[in-house]
Amino acid sequence: MKEGDLSVHLKTAVVGAAAALALVLSGCGKKDEAIKIGHAGPLTGPVAHLGKDNENGVRLALDEANAANIMLGGKKATFAMQSEDDQADPKQGPIVAQKLVDAKVAGVIGHLNSGTTIPASKIYHDAGIAQISPSATNVTYTHQGFKTAFRVMANDAQQGKVLGDYAVHKLGAKNIAIIDDRSAYGQGLADEFEKAAKAAGGQVVTREFTGTDKTDFNAILTSIKGKNPDLIFYGGMDSQSGPMMKQIKNLGIGAKFLTGDGGQTAEFLKLAGDAAEGAYASSPGVPLDKMPGGKAFAEKYKAKFNIEIQLYAPYAYDAANVLLEAMKKADSTDPAKYLPILAGISYQGVTGNVAFDENGDIKGGSISLYQAKGGKWEYLDTVGG
Amino acid sequence: MDIFLQQILNGLVLGSVYALVALGYTMVYGILGLINFAHGEVVMVGALVSLSVVELLLGTNLGLPAPLLGVVALVVAIGVCMALGFSIERIAYRPLRRAPRLAPLITAIGVSILLQTLAMLIWGRRYHTVPALIPPTPHAVAGATITNVQILIIVVSALIMAGLMGLVHFTRLGRAMRATAENPVVAGLMGVNINRIISATFMIGSALAAVAGVLVSSNYGVAHYYMGFVLGLKAFTAAVLGGIGNLPGAMVGGLLLGLIESLGAGYIGDLTGGFLGSHYQDVFAFLVLIMVLVFRPTGLLGERLSERA
Amino acid sequence: MSARWRELAHWLRHDRRAKWLGLLSSGVALAVLPFVLDASVGRTWVRVIDLALLYTMLALGLNIVVGFAGLLDLGYIAFYAVGAYTYALLASPHFGLHLPWWVLLPAGAVLAAFFGVVLGAPTLRLRGDYLAIVTLGFGEIIRIFLNNLNAPINITNGPQGVNLIDPIDIAGVSFGRTNSLLGISFPGTHLHYYLFLVLTVLVMFVCIRLEDSRLGRAWVAIREDEIAALAMGINTRNVKLLAFAMGATFGGVAGGLFSSLQGFVSPESFVVWESITVLCMVVLGGMGHVAGVVLGALTLATLPELLRHTAAPMQQQLFGKVILDPESLRMLLFGLALILVMLLRPAGLWPSPTRRRELTSAHAPGAV
Repeated sequence: MKEGDLSVHLKTAVVGAAAALALVLSGCGKKDEAIKIGHAGPLTGPVAHLGKDNENGVRLALDEANAANIMLGGKKATFAMQSEDDQADPKQGPIVAQKLVDAKVAGVIGHLNSGTTIPASKIYHDAGIAQISPSATNVTYTHQGFKTAFRVMANDAQQGKVLGDYAVHKLGAKNIAIIDDRSAYGQGLADEFEKAAKAAGGQVVTREFTGTDKTDFNAILTSIKGKNPDLIFYGGMDSQSGPMMKQIKNLGIGAKFLTGDGGQTAEFLKLAGDAAEGAYASSPGVPLDKMPGGKAFAEKYKAKFNIEIQLYAPYAYDAANVLLEAMKKADSTDPAKYLPILAGISYQGVTGNVAFDENGDIKGGSISLYQAKGGKWEYLDTVGG
Repeated sequence: MDIFLQQILNGLVLGSVYALVALGYTMVYGILGLINFAHGEVVMVGALVSLSVVELLLGTNLGLPAPLLGVVALVVAIGVCMALGFSIERIAYRPLRRAPRLAPLITAIGVSILLQTLAMLIWGRRYHTVPALIPPTPHAVAGATITNVQILIIVVSALIMAGLMGLVHFTRLGRAMRATAENPVVAGLMGVNINRIISATFMIGSALAAVAGVLVSSNYGVAHYYMGFVLGLKAFTAAVLGGIGNLPGAMVGGLLLGLIESLGAGYIGDLTGGFLGSHYQDVFAFLVLIMVLVFRPTGLLGERLSERA
Repeated sequence: MSARWRELAHWLRHDRRAKWLGLLSSGVALAVLPFVLDASVGRTWVRVIDLALLYTMLALGLNIVVGFAGLLDLGYIAFYAVGAYTYALLASPHFGLHLPWWVLLPAGAVLAAFFGVVLGAPTLRLRGDYLAIVTLGFGEIIRIFLNNLNAPINITNGPQGVNLIDPIDIAGVSFGRTNSLLGISFPGTHLHYYLFLVLTVLVMFVCIRLEDSRLGRAWVAIREDEIAALAMGINTRNVKLLAFAMGATFGGVAGGLFSSLQGFVSPESFVVWESITVLCMVVLGGMGHVAGVVLGALTLATLPELLRHTAAPMQQQLFGKVILDPESLRMLLFGLALILVMLLRPAGLWPSPTRRRELTSAHAPGAV
């Protein structure tokens, strides 16, 4: 084994690599007949069921579009979904986004969480592809100046505003204590709530903080008790608000309790037990049976996937349909052509009318309010929409 | 004033749990000079095992009375945790007893990750609701309230600590433990089976962790797979605060830390005019730890051992 | 076959021409790597490799503290956070400042080094296990402050994180978009790759030089026996502080680069588990051995992506569903790796020759 042998080896290696490269390049060159629509969300991990739910919503929309013989550019269009798993991990967001861009998708429905949606949005923006999130509600997402970012659900600012108004005007709160969990979601919602509550004439007597890994809230609740508020608002998830509710009752605090969509869950009712009684919570959108096309959609969904809708599937379905509608109107899957149409669209979806404002937020997104009664969330009211 | 009293009570409840867990750290450290990083995870396992037992028994419709149910769950949890503590020592620490200090510390972190992940796979990631076997009825004490579960926590912790002191000071096993802590080689020469003593120490510490796990989860009504990590960290801080290796120190440290956290979170906002708030609660614990280590490395009550080789 | 390989290895090691040829060919291979990956498995992988290179820098930095000086640091990610936030805050619309990278990367490094000393100074007297817990606390304190310093004065933007961070821009070539040179187009991920590669090689070079330097030997002396080192006239205080500072510097640089690559940072990226992940890389590869640490970092950083492509589909085929999701599998492997490596190969998968001798000799230092 001397130099000569080595150079032969090197040569074969180089030739081999070049051949592999050529093969791959030629593979890329082949045009896929189907138009790819991307979906991204957590398909593994703790919220995988929600990610799958969104995926099903998109799948349903695409299957219907394929059955409807849509013509684009004079040819019958077939759509195929490429679904990627972002594990709800902020670091995975851009990686998955890049994967979809690599695959040359015509548009993306996703992601599920704000934490992944925001870093991913830059990749879609750079590639010039439309991104419609069915469920990311953090304000930042649509306020980065990206013309490619849209969402079909009211954002945290819209929700916080409604909650603040509601607390003061409907629940008659004058002295309000606010707690948040120092997550992007909880803090954002609590800030917006504070602004709105103050604007409505309420007084914020104290602001306390906790964390997403906490279960003991006695210290901050005791401090709140000393300030005698008539309403406690919590910005955060059910895993904290549930146990918190118990401790509020144990400490003998009589204030009303109000929280956002992170607490409007069955999990909250379970964790809080009897202490949940009387708590208020909001959720963006309207309950399924109050949606214009809710009942029909639920039946369709059940018939196709043989499971119940988890949470956001109707929004994912609408997001996909809005995207397809824009493509139809533009008669093209080229983002440069359909993006301006998408921005100005007005589409009657399952969840209501979908139209976007100048940021890409849904116009007049509605927020519904609920109260815990007898171990169930009872629908109270819908604001906006 | 009643608010202040309430914060003191909150601190005592919190601190009793810290103390109970801190004992486990301090016992192991006293004998092996090793931080058993995985100890917090044992607490978590205790909580989740007892939860599963209760759910299983409630599901069978035997109509067992609630206190009996609780006792059965506690006994099973203690058993599982003792076995776990025993195995952890045998597998992850014993082979490394003569290795550099870094080695067992790293395996301890490995065990911690492993237990947490396994718990996640077995019990899932969600927060579990712990059925209230004893309904938490609040009692009024001079304007403050305390639930009977919280009273139970304080009483049980006090009893266990007293029992442990008795065990260490007045039994053969305790004498052997103290001898091993003093000098393992000489203790061995004197006929003490060091390996058995170390195993026993781990098992006793784990049993205490199981009790702590059951108490914590029934107090807050929740249990989840990562509840052990932060609790373990706090308890370790408490042990250091009191003087690691020192049993009364762990108790004092635990109670003190509970009070510091409670009063800190409760009053920091008012004291600093809203500049710092309750979001810095965890910072207090770590700052206290750093201060103690820097200014009084032996802890408040003094450490049993000084520098080890 | 093995004989031929041995012959080849011998030739590679001893012939100067072979050395240059080897260097040249690996240089060419590394240079075309992003294009090969891009064309074969997708640009995603270039991004994965970018992150892996960042982790390599982090692991090399931590290796100075843990591997060379023997000080167990469980809060190392804090320095990464300091570097990342320095860059993010001063090159984003958050404060409206857009300082250039050649100011920010060194600034982040210096600031991280400063924090390294701040952490190191009070903890100098502490024993290994106390140090571990204090550094862990320090890492958490940094994260808690980053998460909460949005009020009363908004410094870090709190949990919302800092967005729209400027990408690195070298002489008008922005790493945020695709640039063309000589008819070849270089996307931002590729440009980041080259920069990270150059810096990683630089860090490796510095580490290797350090290892054999006076300072490097002083660190080893402290690791093995601090009292003896002191007796030999080593200023253990300064030498330990230097270890913290240098380790932190690399972390700070890597943090700045992370900001440029991601364009978005939030406190979520700097949790305890990240510190432990980097520690795993160091331990798995081989504490104190630069090549081993690089191997460990590259392996563990690409592992999640590999698992996703192999483990999940494999389970799907075998059992009809995914029983262990890749994330849990990764954590299980991390935990097992830490335990097994310490029990079976305490010097790591690719140990340094001296370290292996020390750790496997009958009389290990520091034994009770």
